[in-house]
Amino acid sequence: MDALQLKRQLITFTELLFREGFLDEQFHQLQQLQDEKNPNFVVEVVSLFFEDSERLLNELAKALDQQNVDYKKVDAHVHQLKGSSSSIGAQRVQRVCIVFRNYCNEKNVEGCLKCLQQLKHEYAIVKTKLEALFSLEQQILAAGG
Amino acid sequence: MARNGGFSRRRRSGSADGFDLSPTDSEEAHVLAVDDSLVDRKFIERLLKTSSCKVTAVDSGMRALQFLGLDEEKSPVDFDSLKVDLIITDYCMPGMTGYELLKKIKECSALREIPVVIMSSENVVARIDRCLEEGAEDFIMKPVKPSDVRRLKDYMARGFRGESCERNNHKRKLHDHSSDHLFQSSSPSVSPASWSSTSLTSGSADPSSPPSVSSSQPQSPLIASSAPSSPSSLEIWNHRPDGSE
Repeated sequence: MDALQLKRQLITFTELLFREGFLDEQFHQLQQLQDEKNPNFVVEVVSLFFEDSERLLNELAKALDQQNVDYKKVDAHVHQLKGSSSSIGAQRVQRVCIVFRNYCNEKNVEGCLKCLQQLKHEYAIVKTKLEALFSLEQQILAAGG
Repeated sequence: MARNGGFSRRRRSGSADGFDLSPTDSEEAHVLAVDDSLVDRKFIERLLKTSSCKVTAVDSGMRALQFLGLDEEKSPVDFDSLKVDLIITDYCMPGMTGYELLKKIKECSALREIPVVIMSSENVVARIDRCLEEGAEDFIMKPVKPSDVRRLKDYMARGFRGESCERNNHKRKLHDHSSDHLFQSSSPSVSPASWSSTSLTSGSADPSSPPSVSSSQPQSPLIASSAPSSPSSLEIWNHRPDGSE
């Protein structure tokens, strides 16, 4: 595929991600902060998000696995994840976090565990989508676009 | 605890005093950004840099205070680097919250003139009020937008010895924490260990420009602002006498 076709593909793919709510306007903001002097800004921030999320998901699994769940700790982790997902525009992840925090408030361990599963799921999807997006961008560059 | 400095003044370009700063150097503001989230630090840093700010990003209130020279027993060093024009801090942080950091800054006569802006992902009115009462210039909802950053530049551009200004409905009665005089010494703060900052601007403040106020939330203002400004920013110049509007 040539650069033009790839670009079209990228546009279509990106529009889909927004339409289906994987990404929101905040992701646009990130893209607008990228320029020739900072050509990898989006990838860098999103990579930090991936690292952060994976760490937090692990911490959440551990915290919920305890005999006596420390809901304050769980809530703190979810709050962090909510923040970082919001900052990069990972809307679906952010929304699960909101529900998750409600269950924390209610000290509802079943609800929390369900949300954790959902979080893992949504995170995995958005990660795959973003990686595909970045891969397309790389292909465009390689094709001289 | 009281220290001089940590506070930058803008030098007018074309100053006749013979100091040779390039126009860019003398006009770039230095912002200290405080956030425990790495993602958010990276984001705010980039956002501020696109607005031609120099940025030092730290991950905690403690580090911020160290940077500002607040917790070190050193005498002020007489050079112009590392002065801070604005502090923008997250509210929810482990250890020291943004609110606690704000209080510490406002309790320090050397630093209290530095405008402090709080960021939060949670729109809690009591929290906002508390911060504004403590002397925060503004309270910004995360994620921070470019329009928010443009507002921040307005705070910095107007200098730091503002007259009392009108407030919007978010404001409660401001408590001035000290009866100190308004004038700040210009000695810079101690230089900390190297951070991610670049070298700093310095210069004299322009004391003649009045601050402007507008609402940062979509609510009707208590007092109509007389200054033309964007409809989405809130400013407090916190060294007004108690009770004055």
